[in-house]
Amino acid sequence: MALAKRIIPCLDVDNGRVVKGVNFVGIRDAGDPVEIAKRYNEQGADEITFLDITATHEGRDTTVHTVEQIASEVFIPLTVGGGIRTIDDIRTMLNAGADKVSINSAAVHNPDFVRQASDRFGAQCIVVAIDAKRVSADGEPGRWEIFTHGGRKPTGIDAVAWAAKMADYGAGEILLTSMDRDGTKNGFDLGVTRAISDAVPVPVIASGGVGNLQHLVDGVKEGRADAVLAASIFHFGEYSVPEAKAFMQQQGVEVRL
Amino acid sequence: MSTNRIAVIDYGMGNLHSVASALEHVAPEAQVTITSERAVIEQADRVIFPGVGAIRDCMAEIRNSGFDALVPEVIASGKPVLGICVGMQALMDHSEENNGVECLGQLPGTVKFFGKNLLDEQGEHLKVPHMGWNQVSQLTDHPLWQGIENGSRFYFVHSFYVQAEKREQVVGRCHYGLDFDVALSDRNLFAVQFHPEKSHTAGLQLLKNFVNWNGRV
Repeated sequence: MALAKRIIPCLDVDNGRVVKGVNFVGIRDAGDPVEIAKRYNEQGADEITFLDITATHEGRDTTVHTVEQIASEVFIPLTVGGGIRTIDDIRTMLNAGADKVSINSAAVHNPDFVRQASDRFGAQCIVVAIDAKRVSADGEPGRWEIFTHGGRKPTGIDAVAWAAKMADYGAGEILLTSMDRDGTKNGFDLGVTRAISDAVPVPVIASGGVGNLQHLVDGVKEGRADAVLAASIFHFGEYSVPEAKAFMQQQGVEVRL
Repeated sequence: MSTNRIAVIDYGMGNLHSVASALEHVAPEAQVTITSERAVIEQADRVIFPGVGAIRDCMAEIRNSGFDALVPEVIASGKPVLGICVGMQALMDHSEENNGVECLGQLPGTVKFFGKNLLDEQGEHLKVPHMGWNQVSQLTDHPLWQGIENGSRFYFVHSFYVQAEKREQVVGRCHYGLDFDVALSDRNLFAVQFHPEKSHTAGLQLLKNFVNWNGRV
């Protein structure tokens, strides 16, 4: 009997529509985030992460409305990330029904924002998202740095030290995405996952690269992640959440069934 | 039959929409109000006492709003009351958080820190906060456990845990490095450390049980 490792489907949402495509049996309107969140909820997902990639101001209003709709029908934790830059942004999302917000580049630009946010709303709802890229050569000990702008812009900040600093500043959880692995389906970067998980006292969500169910197990067992996040393997119906959980349980990972 | 009026006490700490919408979901016929008005709380048929964030800030807001007097009155009135998360912690005597904070003393016991060196059975460090889905052992039959399998998982997120003084009040326990009390019952009062409003089927069932509970054990 122990705390279950969490499986978190991630929805990338642009202007109120899930992008990257989704293919659920029986749902024709596959891009509706509310329908998709409900489906994952019914399948037994442990949380939902909603990543807003909307660029326009008008689109942000759509996002708030979508979050409200999801929160009124889905009774599992909901994290909203993307474009969270101010205390007002956080308040807006929490009032719309998000349980946690995920802060990414705003933390890099102003680390004190994380401290302020955590003081104001509590560490339990502040997730810091880290986009890390390996900068060490093959054969060298692993070293990873923080990148912004979708992995294009290096910051020179060491990812492991940064994660520890963010936990110290009041992040209640770290969402770690490997920019080398994101979209590759080659599995998580287990090196950086393990390094950060061992370095911080708070839970770590592994993200980026899941292509099969063994990758989820590896993220937990070798990467020591507390939760695993995936998008496309679930969206395209390659695997369902119950299949993922059954496999993880067979491999000795404690899950909520 | 008269309307079932449910008041969710709002003392300015955090978002209460999740609790309210979960209640509306399980009891569409009920009238759910998020409120800080004494009259609304007094007239309600049942009351939810939630809480998130740091206990010092919560207790400060509770005292500022006069709820340090009202909440004990509501409990004494005999109507069903459900404390959730920091709401449960605020009902205890005292919390270790924020260098020690006096709480409402409605349930004897203290709130303690999990600690930085919390270990599992294999000696591995456990993350704090205790965040995620953990199993709850039901120690007794209670109307609020009805229809919920013993050992069901609920969603937790907390760094401090309750240690009740009166063991007969403990109706639910959990294990995370150590055993701790996650559901307490005293007559018309029920208090839980987990978030039923975020605990999917098991959580919604508990809220449904609360909505139909007459406050008697």
